[in-house]
Amino acid sequence: MHSELRPGRTSGRGGAPRERYSREELLTAGLFLLPALVVLGVFVIYPIISAGYISLTSWNGFSPVKEFIGFDNYVRLSQDPEFWNSLLVTCIYAVGVSVLSVASGLVVALLLDAPLRGRGFYRGVYFLPAVTSSVAAAIVWRYMLDPSGFVNTVLAGVGVAGPDWLQDRWLALGALTLLTVWKNVGFNAILYLTALQALPVGVFEAAQMDGANFVQRLRYMTVPLLRPMTFFVVVQALITCFQAFDLVYVLTGGGPQGGTEVLGMIMYRQAFRLSDFGYGTAIAFVTLFLVLGVTLVNWRASGSGRSSLR
Amino acid sequence: MKRSTVTSVGRHAVLLLGSAVVVLPFLWMFTTSLQSRAETYSNSSIFPTSWHWENYAVAWEAAPFGQYYLNSLIMAAGIVGGHLVLDAFAAYAFARLRFPLKNALFIVLLGALMIPTFVTVIPAYSLVASFGWIDTYAGLIVPRLADVFGIILLRQYFASIPAELEDAARIDGCSRIGIFFRIMVPLSLPAFATLAIFSFLFAWNDFLWPLLVTNSDELRTIQIGLSAFQGRYGTSWNYLMAGTLTATIPSIIVFMVFQRALVRGIAASGLKD
Repeated sequence: MHSELRPGRTSGRGGAPRERYSREELLTAGLFLLPALVVLGVFVIYPIISAGYISLTSWNGFSPVKEFIGFDNYVRLSQDPEFWNSLLVTCIYAVGVSVLSVASGLVVALLLDAPLRGRGFYRGVYFLPAVTSSVAAAIVWRYMLDPSGFVNTVLAGVGVAGPDWLQDRWLALGALTLLTVWKNVGFNAILYLTALQALPVGVFEAAQMDGANFVQRLRYMTVPLLRPMTFFVVVQALITCFQAFDLVYVLTGGGPQGGTEVLGMIMYRQAFRLSDFGYGTAIAFVTLFLVLGVTLVNWRASGSGRSSLR
Repeated sequence: MKRSTVTSVGRHAVLLLGSAVVVLPFLWMFTTSLQSRAETYSNSSIFPTSWHWENYAVAWEAAPFGQYYLNSLIMAAGIVGGHLVLDAFAAYAFARLRFPLKNALFIVLLGALMIPTFVTVIPAYSLVASFGWIDTYAGLIVPRLADVFGIILLRQYFASIPAELEDAARIDGCSRIGIFFRIMVPLSLPAFATLAIFSFLFAWNDFLWPLLVTNSDELRTIQIGLSAFQGRYGTSWNYLMAGTLTATIPSIIVFMVFQRALVRGIAASGLKD
């Protein structure tokens, strides 16, 4: 990396160009950076650039020729009902997961915030699903939701005939949403707990003395003060949903009739099942811009309404 | 005084109810794994009523779980080792050394962290295929030897170590490489522990990449093997749950032993891998 030093670059700042970096320092930096940069360069940075090109081709993944077709994949995408279905499914999924993640994470964090016997125990229990693999979690949920599985057996016990959860597109999407929230609740709770513990205690005591009750303090102080963390939790939830694959692959396989075919699933199917790498990459790119766009909008929204308390 | 007792009982009640919901799938998995096949369809008890431990042996006989386990361990060891070495070297350069284009380079890496894996997975797959690395350990490990999350985590930690220590060592004639190994590494063991746990959990639970680059049972990792097992023996719930449980145990053990380091890592970085 040290060889990339161009002497002319620093001379504009008025300092002596060659003295700015010591030789030993540059050599060490190059040596230390090289291994990681080679791996990241070859397997992360290069693929990003390469993906941009592949999305403009009709490449099938095997042929040595990548035929350039311009923006045809993107045009095709805009007219593909399967893609629009997938986008709609992903958006509904993302909204559901975001709302429930914020709510569940905040509630658990608030309950754990004040000193309480067994806090470590609860924290461990709530975090358990997060360290479990998506495959294992989805397998267990899938069989609990089976028509003759745990959920319907319990329902039958109280005289309710349970539906076939994973064969109805909306119920399946609901189950996927709950599974995702269940898996991340401990993670979100720890994030909120960290933010809660950094809040200024004095302000809350003053408000309490002035007669603000718990609900008022929560509504007008805690929630606004936690806005930066809420932004982070929501962005994490959105990224999780727009990248979702493992859970869906095992729980429903994208079915029934595309009811849970999120963007990750349709990308996988197009690229690796139908050998349409160009089209699959185009879907991945649209996903990328959606994630960036949604993050930006969310960031603006959370930034502009920032509390004056902070 | 009395009011706070009431609130804390209420908090316990809500937290316990939530815990029950969270734990229920695990308990059901354990109970089902010990039932006979007939019971899996008729018995909805949450707690075990029969103890067919032989289900575990049957599951491990029916599919090469031992091989899957070994493959996952080899892959995890490679990835954890790679992260600890490569990420640490790069993190030190970013934290302490001065070199041209340092900030630009760091921003590029941060940007790469935001890119969904789907964008890179197709070209990375064809690259690995062109190297002839499909169905090899190299294909599973090499592309993930370094990661940006670890570089950020360690860089943050290195930056918090007082620079005076380094200055003193330099005056005593220690080289930068010597400083890294004799001062930075020994002082940063907690950060290394956190990174090792994150990397292990990532590697053990990873699904999409191993799914793409492995085709045979000889190289399949535990998660892929489990998913295939579910496809083949999907109706034998007891064996399936026995297999699922054995695949889950390593992450749970790692989590229980290193819970503090893990929570500290999340709290410190506010980042998820």
